[in-house]
Amino acid sequence: MGDIASLDLRRYLRGGSHSAGVWAALIALIIFSLLRYENFGGAYNISSFLNYNAMFIVISVGMCFVILTGGIDLSVGSVAAFTSVVAAYLSPYGMQVALPGAVLSGLAIGALNAFFVVAMRIPPFIATLATMLGAKGGALVISGAQTISVDWGSNFTRLGMGKVWDIFPWTAIITAVVVVALWIVLERTSLGRTTLAIGGGEDAATMMGLNVRRAKCFVYMLSGACAGLAGVFLASGFGAGQPLEGIGWELSAIASVVVGGTLLTGGMGSVLATVAGALLLGLVFNILNFENGRGVISLSAYWQMVIRGAFLLAVILLQSRLSRTTQKELS
Amino acid sequence: MSDPTMIHSRFDPARHGALIALVVILAFNLIVTPNFFQAQTLFVNISQMATIAIVAMGMTLVIATGGIDLSVGAVMALAGALAPLIFLSDFAQANPGLGLAASIVVPVLVALFCGVFNGMLVSCFGVQPIVATLILFISGRGLAQVLTNGNLQTFSNPAFSYLGTGRVLGLPFQGWLVLAIAVVLTWVVTRSIFGRQLLAVGGNERAARMSGLPVRRVKIGAYVICSGLAGLAGLIVVAINSASDAARIGNLMELDAIAAAVVGGTLLQGGRAPIFGAILGAVIIQLVKYTLLANGIADEVALIAKAAIIIAAVYLQQGWKE
Repeated sequence: MGDIASLDLRRYLRGGSHSAGVWAALIALIIFSLLRYENFGGAYNISSFLNYNAMFIVISVGMCFVILTGGIDLSVGSVAAFTSVVAAYLSPYGMQVALPGAVLSGLAIGALNAFFVVAMRIPPFIATLATMLGAKGGALVISGAQTISVDWGSNFTRLGMGKVWDIFPWTAIITAVVVVALWIVLERTSLGRTTLAIGGGEDAATMMGLNVRRAKCFVYMLSGACAGLAGVFLASGFGAGQPLEGIGWELSAIASVVVGGTLLTGGMGSVLATVAGALLLGLVFNILNFENGRGVISLSAYWQMVIRGAFLLAVILLQSRLSRTTQKELS
Repeated sequence: MSDPTMIHSRFDPARHGALIALVVILAFNLIVTPNFFQAQTLFVNISQMATIAIVAMGMTLVIATGGIDLSVGAVMALAGALAPLIFLSDFAQANPGLGLAASIVVPVLVALFCGVFNGMLVSCFGVQPIVATLILFISGRGLAQVLTNGNLQTFSNPAFSYLGTGRVLGLPFQGWLVLAIAVVLTWVVTRSIFGRQLLAVGGNERAARMSGLPVRRVKIGAYVICSGLAGLAGLIVVAINSASDAARIGNLMELDAIAAAVVGGTLLQGGRAPIFGAILGAVIIQLVKYTLLANGIADEVALIAKAAIIIAAVYLQQGWKE
């Protein structure tokens, strides 16, 4: 018993040190940027940074839950594109209708993922690859392959363009609320504990009498709803539902989750560290933008994709080394 | 252990299901689609099917090791962007023969290197295949766009275009290419040592490792073959169109290839590599696309139909296994 307890403790500490690295990197980069770029700490940069990255943070947090169970959700980008169109169509009724409507449509696609994975027992990446395709097709069908302009007369665009105290965008505040709520769910509820247990070992979790199926349904529906919320942010922030957006978002989300120290095999990880991971990835692009502006480097938009991939690669290599040393210490 | 060469000897719903589906689609088209029973239709479908089939055969090998390769479409884009860059360069204009050879060899070599990259990540660093290949899935296409600055490259180069538009004995060249690759790969899977090891690794990796098989090398080999074939497919797509657009070449090909492999009877858990099954799968996927297109159904709906086929095929396999 004592052995197991100490194992758990060491695992926990190791997990803590993983995320400590992200926070340290994040703070270091922020200090570096504050010193190097005059406008970095300005209200404009902060609010546009938060507004743009709010989408990626909510998606990453939803993805975090799925990855904790050892699954994956490749459909998030397409789902966000789909729900941005839904939100644009609902925008004349105001944000009180468009926001829940679009989130619910994302939740519905998440429920479809859950059905494929839990009831039909299709491997998560195949199931979500199929819904990625389906959601993309769906977005193109309902929009007629056009961007759908939102209704500027209603209060819908205030969601994505309005700010509190001229600096905190509403999207960032909603995101903060979602993050705190999900942090509580993961750390303090039985649903969250079950989610962690599934990743640690699904059979073991089932044998312990945990409701594995319920938790797995929950994570896919949550991820769908989070992607739905990101779609709302997209539509209200850019003033249009965009059926062709969202390409590569799943990669950003997976990278953020992994940077946050969550193991891709599941069982270990944290919501807050995932947020730090998403902020770190966003910050890298923010810094590259500033460097571009200074003329130090000149990178076309196409480089974004290459850098995203390189970032994920670096993180994965680092993590595979860390987890290997952890395993060595444990055994 | 069951012999993978004896697939015909027992009832195999995955395979027979695919054959039944093929017959149904053909019958439907003969009745409903106008002008279906014509040589022109056959040529169009063969040349479109060929790229799917070539990639799907490589995918079959990767899936047989229990992996997956999402980067095939991006690798196609990379190879397809490189080829015109090479044969439109000053050097190739001066030495047409050498330039043509380089524009085929270099892209395929780059594609093979992509396979080494994927394979190393999966086997040496223990990264899940889905995540390992996701890196090139995004970056590969990005790199292709960086190389071409996002521009559409158009060209007129009859020798190179032979890859996509040539005819041998009246049938499209790439159809024969598919047949040749299939024969070679079938030999590799069923007769060569590498093939035996491949199926063993996919069937039970731990057992394979404990019995001393070179698991890493076998896995890297599968990813290298898969990427190489994807590179070749990228060249064919460019040759068909006499134009290269890095944003579009091989877009969503990973889905077609996975779908074709699964419909053809490849188990996602690994351990089986029916090469001709992959071709059958590719024919079905292509015919579904063609049927929807010829009957005036939008591309977007075709996407949804494809998603449904993938889910249905995997689900049927699952049920059969249990």
